Amino acid sequence: MAVVARDGETGVAAGASRPAAATRLLASRLFVSMAGLDWLAKVWWTCLSISLFAGLWELCWAMGWADEKLLPPPHIFLDNIAEQGKYFNTATRWQVGSSMTEGPSAFESVLITGAATTARVFAGLVLASVLAIGIGVLVRYYRFFDRLVLPTITLLSPVSPIAWLPVAIFLFGIGNAPAIFMVVVALFFHMVLATINQIDTVNTNLINVARTMGASKPQIYTRVIIPAILPGMLQVLRMNLFGAWMVVLVAESTGVGYGMGQVIMLARNTFNPSLVFFTIAVIGVLGFTFDWLLRLAQRRILYWLPDTAERLRGL
Amino acid sequence: MASDNAPHFSSRDAVVCRGVGKTWAAGTKRAHEALREIDLDIKPGEFVVFLGPSGCGKSTLLYLIAGLEDATDGAIWSFGDKVETPSPERSLIFQETSLFPWLTVWQNVSFGLAIRGAAQEERRAVAAEALQRVGLIAAMDKRPDELSGGMRQRVAVARALAMRPKVLLMDEPFAALDVQTRARMQDFLLDVWRDSGASVLFVTHHIDEAVALADRVVVFTSRPGRIKTIFPIDLPRPRNLFSREAEAMRIQLTELLRDEVDRAFAEQEGFAVPA
Ligand SMILES: Nc1ncnc2c1ncn2[C@@H]1O[C@H](COP(=O)(O)OP(=O)(O)O)[C@@H](O)[C@H]1O
Ligand SMILES: [Mg+2]
Repeated sequence: MAVVARDGETGVAAGASRPAAATRLLASRLFVSMAGLDWLAKVWWTCLSISLFAGLWELCWAMGWADEKLLPPPHIFLDNIAEQGKYFNTATRWQVGSSMTEGPSAFESVLITGAATTARVFAGLVLASVLAIGIGVLVRYYRFFDRLVLPTITLLSPVSPIAWLPVAIFLFGIGNAPAIFMVVVALFFHMVLATINQIDTVNTNLINVARTMGASKPQIYTRVIIPAILPGMLQVLRMNLFGAWMVVLVAESTGVGYGMGQVIMLARNTFNPSLVFFTIAVIGVLGFTFDWLLRLAQRRILYWLPDTAERLRGL
Repeated sequence: MASDNAPHFSSRDAVVCRGVGKTWAAGTKRAHEALREIDLDIKPGEFVVFLGPSGCGKSTLLYLIAGLEDATDGAIWSFGDKVETPSPERSLIFQETSLFPWLTVWQNVSFGLAIRGAAQEERRAVAAEALQRVGLIAAMDKRPDELSGGMRQRVAVARALAMRPKVLLMDEPFAALDVQTRARMQDFLLDVWRDSGASVLFVTHHIDEAVALADRVVVFTSRPGRIKTIFPIDLPRPRNLFSREAEAMRIQLTELLRDEVDRAFAEQEGFAVPA
């Protein structure tokens, strides 16, 4: 056929019109060196950004503008991790019959407490996503379900998660469950509405292609609609990640559970600014890492999306 | 309204439209009539181009023939069967890319087989054959966003061909391509058409394209779309598009279309022009 020889020319067109694709191709060839350089640059800028912030703070302290009893600079609150660490992992440390010197070391305590909070955020996110995407799809799949549940969901979605706090305590008492419940409640309603919105904006052509090929309704949902809404849903998930972190701290700090929020509360009650800033730093690192992992997962799951971060650079 | 009971047509015709009309959002305030009284017979293996000002209902008619939308008046038959639902026998190719971005080229092409639960080897073999026909076998394992616009439309054609359709419906498939690529795609489409033996219904608003491709050109009026005239292009193939006959036909089609475009413009500017 006459078209066989045309790949060269169209290939060039592809390169010209799709710089992202071309770059990716190049990147995959030079994978090791390119990725390594990129990564190094990113780490460098991150360190620079944080150092700048910390440096300004230290400067304020050195000039005497910041009182170290109220706003202790990083070198002070990071200095005695061992000292700070003993406030973490209170659950095991304060068990009846165990002394202050028993149990995990200070560093381990920080890790355990951080991991507990992170696990709650993670469990909440997973539960909320599964529930919300499931319900959102059902709403569009079955009309009666739409009419039955959508009004309630719409009604409840503007309610602040804080309002659910007493409910969490009534229902689950103390422990992991109420904190996870708070995360789920904070995300669920928005995510259902976001799912429905995503489904409604799926490109009609894609659905019509599947229909002309004889796809049934369940097949259209599983093979077209679900993959088509995934990018948007992961975006929604990332946006809600920070919301989840806020809520989990509130839940923990009001005695619903134990964890980072509880440490913050302890620091407040014992007037310990160093502990506050230390905890904030730990939470920052945890949240940052979580978001980074989610972005990594996003790139893995959504391998087909072009990288659009560079789109506005040329302006 | 045309009656279903006594259709006067051959059951071997690829597509038959009798008194077809479509009113979008019928019965609501936003109701507007897109098509009226379409009567059309398309033979197996025929290449028919729909030409008309934009908004006159060409896409709407393709959707009706594909079975993706229901006609509000009249009825459509394909090879003797009434069109009620979409069917793999009538493949539709869209103007914008309609490849699934999360699937590779070959998975896109064999999507219809996957729907039917075919095994992976069979799907890959069918995809390879279809991609061979569009000259893209080398791109088999690529993803759609790694291809140029022209290549993507060729993959879309391969996907349609993999279903072995009897009718290929194409809604301005080359409109987004540059002029050079478009000319090559037209040659390519003619090759595919000859090999497959399918009827092609091809929507365009380019007169050049109509003269290059069609056995017959169906010229539509502005909205609501009716058939203004059916214009045969009896030039031998392969066509010399610079011949005097071809030029004469382009001029005739331009004149046929001009009134309708004027009318469409006037309507858009708010002047009611009596039909
Ligand atoms: N899905 C739809 N819902 C409502 N109106 C539509 C829809 N598709 C097309 N129309 C309307 O029908 C008319 C004809 O549209 P279309 O068939 O797309 O024209 P063409 O393809 O000839 O440009 C236009 O007025 C358009 O707004
Ligand atoms: Mg159209």
